[in-house]
Amino acid sequence: MQNNANSTTVVHDRHGEAHAAYNPALLHHFAEPQQQRDAASLGMWVFLATEVMFFGGLFCAYLVYRRWYFPDFAAASKSINMWLGATNTAVLICSSLTVVLAVWAAQTARRTLLIGSLALTMLLGLVFLGIKADEYYDKFEEHHVPGASFSFENVPVPGHPGQLANPRHAQIFFSLYFVMTGLHALHMIVGLGIFTWLLTMAWKGRFTPEWHTPVEIGGLYWHFVDIVWIYLFPLLYLIDRHP
Amino acid sequence: MSMAPNPILQPTIPQAAERENYLNKEYGAWSWLLTTDHKRIALLYLLSITFFFFIGGFFALLIRLELLTPAGDLVQADTYNKLFTMHGMVMVFFFLIPSIPAVLGNFLVPLMIGAKDLAFPRINLISWYLYIIGGVMMLHCMLTGGVDTGWTFYAPFSTSFTNTKIVEAGLAIFVAGFSSILTGLNFVVTIHRMRAPGMTWSRLPLFIWAHYATSIIQLLGTPVIAVTIVLVAAERALHLGIFDPKLGGDPLLFQHLFWFYSHPAVYIMILPSMGVITEIIACFSRKRIFGYHFVAFSSIAIAVFGFLVWAHHMFVAGISVYSALVFSFLSYAVALPSAIKVFNWTATLYKGSIHYDAPMLYAFGFLGLFTIGGLTGLFLSALGIDVHVTDTYFVVAHFHYIMVGGAVMGYLGGMHFWWPKISGRLYPEGWARLAALIVFIGFNLTFFPQFVLGYMGMPRRYYDYSHMPEFQVLNVLSTAGATVLGVGYLLPMIYFLWSMRYGKPASDNPWNAAGLEWKTSSPPPTFNFDEEPIVTWEAYNYDELDAPHQEEVQVAK
Repeated sequence: MQNNANSTTVVHDRHGEAHAAYNPALLHHFAEPQQQRDAASLGMWVFLATEVMFFGGLFCAYLVYRRWYFPDFAAASKSINMWLGATNTAVLICSSLTVVLAVWAAQTARRTLLIGSLALTMLLGLVFLGIKADEYYDKFEEHHVPGASFSFENVPVPGHPGQLANPRHAQIFFSLYFVMTGLHALHMIVGLGIFTWLLTMAWKGRFTPEWHTPVEIGGLYWHFVDIVWIYLFPLLYLIDRHP
Repeated sequence: MSMAPNPILQPTIPQAAERENYLNKEYGAWSWLLTTDHKRIALLYLLSITFFFFIGGFFALLIRLELLTPAGDLVQADTYNKLFTMHGMVMVFFFLIPSIPAVLGNFLVPLMIGAKDLAFPRINLISWYLYIIGGVMMLHCMLTGGVDTGWTFYAPFSTSFTNTKIVEAGLAIFVAGFSSILTGLNFVVTIHRMRAPGMTWSRLPLFIWAHYATSIIQLLGTPVIAVTIVLVAAERALHLGIFDPKLGGDPLLFQHLFWFYSHPAVYIMILPSMGVITEIIACFSRKRIFGYHFVAFSSIAIAVFGFLVWAHHMFVAGISVYSALVFSFLSYAVALPSAIKVFNWTATLYKGSIHYDAPMLYAFGFLGLFTIGGLTGLFLSALGIDVHVTDTYFVVAHFHYIMVGGAVMGYLGGMHFWWPKISGRLYPEGWARLAALIVFIGFNLTFFPQFVLGYMGMPRRYYDYSHMPEFQVLNVLSTAGATVLGVGYLLPMIYFLWSMRYGKPASDNPWNAAGLEWKTSSPPPTFNFDEEPIVTWEAYNYDELDAPHQEEVQVAK
């Protein structure tokens, strides 16, 4: 018994250390594969709860100012491109579908579908980031990036002819816009990193119907990042939109 | 039990050849720096937080020396501002928050629930490295200028006016915060998924319940301060106007976001300490804890209520009187679960067979000091009194009674209680009792005068009180007490180190205590148990533990 435990240690410490992450074999401290899977999945859910609180602080700040400076926020919101935002929403929803397909493919041992769905997910993620970069470039061109060269003069408040938006308050909108979408984009980039690794593993054929936990919890992460966008889009793009 | 001077300290078992354990299994720096063993990581944390404790203590010493005389003669005003800021930041973020969870929790959570390790051993190691990276950033920040805003970073002073290293200190705390989040995540998953067969939720030691509640706060609170720091850093670096009223921002929003984490953070410090005290009181009263379920759920209740009281730090900051009333009421509500704990500990002591060993002395100290700290907390949640004593030494005394009198007493008590398990050696009991006494006396001498000072109107954060020299007597008492307290903290460090080499080898269960951690060897083997334990008994079964023991003695002799 003692010897057994020791030999497991050696495998884990010396050799398993580098491979343990994708080693389908049971890690030494778990009693059975089910326990290991449950722990990994619960760990990701708990991590996502912390992420909710992370973005929650930002949403809270945004909602406070949105209520304080509603007309200025509406004017600033009108200057960002709703159609690009809507396209990006559609792109992310499609990527969530391909993630679900990838998980199903891993469960049912469809290697080609798994690789295809993972690659397609990454492609959609890149499209999202590309469109986002284009939006940022527009903001840069229009001097809407907060800081020394910020300019938001003589912009009317939508629906209130003759009333001009306060540039200082509009700058708060753009500050929060860049922090919130920037942190979201950072999460997308981390997600692309995770999916690159998943794709490599899938290419090597490491995932089996018995062991594909990384696909599942990587998918959970991707869905979460999508959901953050689902909240960001209406809050940032659709305030008091008038046709 | 017999009436020998140290009745439950069982004779030690001399061992011919030391058996393999987590300490002697491997040697060398890399076997520690790359370890994924929760017990070794706990010791890495122990060394690092002790280092930061002495840095924070050094700042405290300078603060007390400055206040020895009414005139500002030892350091200049700017230096003094930096001293109390760095004292607060180091002690809160680099000592108190990781103290019990990352050292004792890391060591004991898997042992107590009968697991081989935490659920994510490598994430556990990453959390220590994050702590070290944050700590190095904080040291660099301190050595190259420091911060002078107070540990609270209030805007707009922090965002627009001060020239000190806000961004660097903020990033250090940001990184250390993720270390705290990862520890909490590991504990929650471990407690849910890794319990040994038979270890049901109502058989868990209350130490585990306390750590579960702590982890919830770490998980849900820390991300909020992380994002607040991001906003402050962005505001400073890019001159945005999120918190600066000159640019249309709201400084109160900063305070709301800051205290949404930083008030619950107090419960990150005190809840694990309460868990330790529960274990100690049950063991040294030789009784099942009174009202197990009440003590367990009062931990959860403190974690939940703790999230609903943050604005009691802002009563004079300009929040509406109605929300002040609500927050005042909710702050009173936290007293309920806290009082449930104190009453249940007292009821456990009642008719118990009490042993006055060093851990128990710390537990008694905790009971008294936490009660004083908690009751003065009620003074401060009462709107009228709070307005009177806001920003005085009354507040300083109150939170030191909780954070030092409560959290640190629990930490030291726990270190003594589990030291035989951690090191495999017994500490010198006489010295330990003396140290416990010195800490208690020194603590009260330091902080009780501050209640009086505060009530008389001495403001906090002043380096010069020459316009009110009548405060000097109490300040001298406080500084003298701090010196005594310092000796009380140095003593355990010295004799713990001494005992690692010269202490008597400890038996597996020197206290004859209940709990799975005492059923494995001291120190435990790398995977904690030679065979997976199966739990068939309730927690704190001291009546069963003591009864067969007596029988055995009668039959044998």
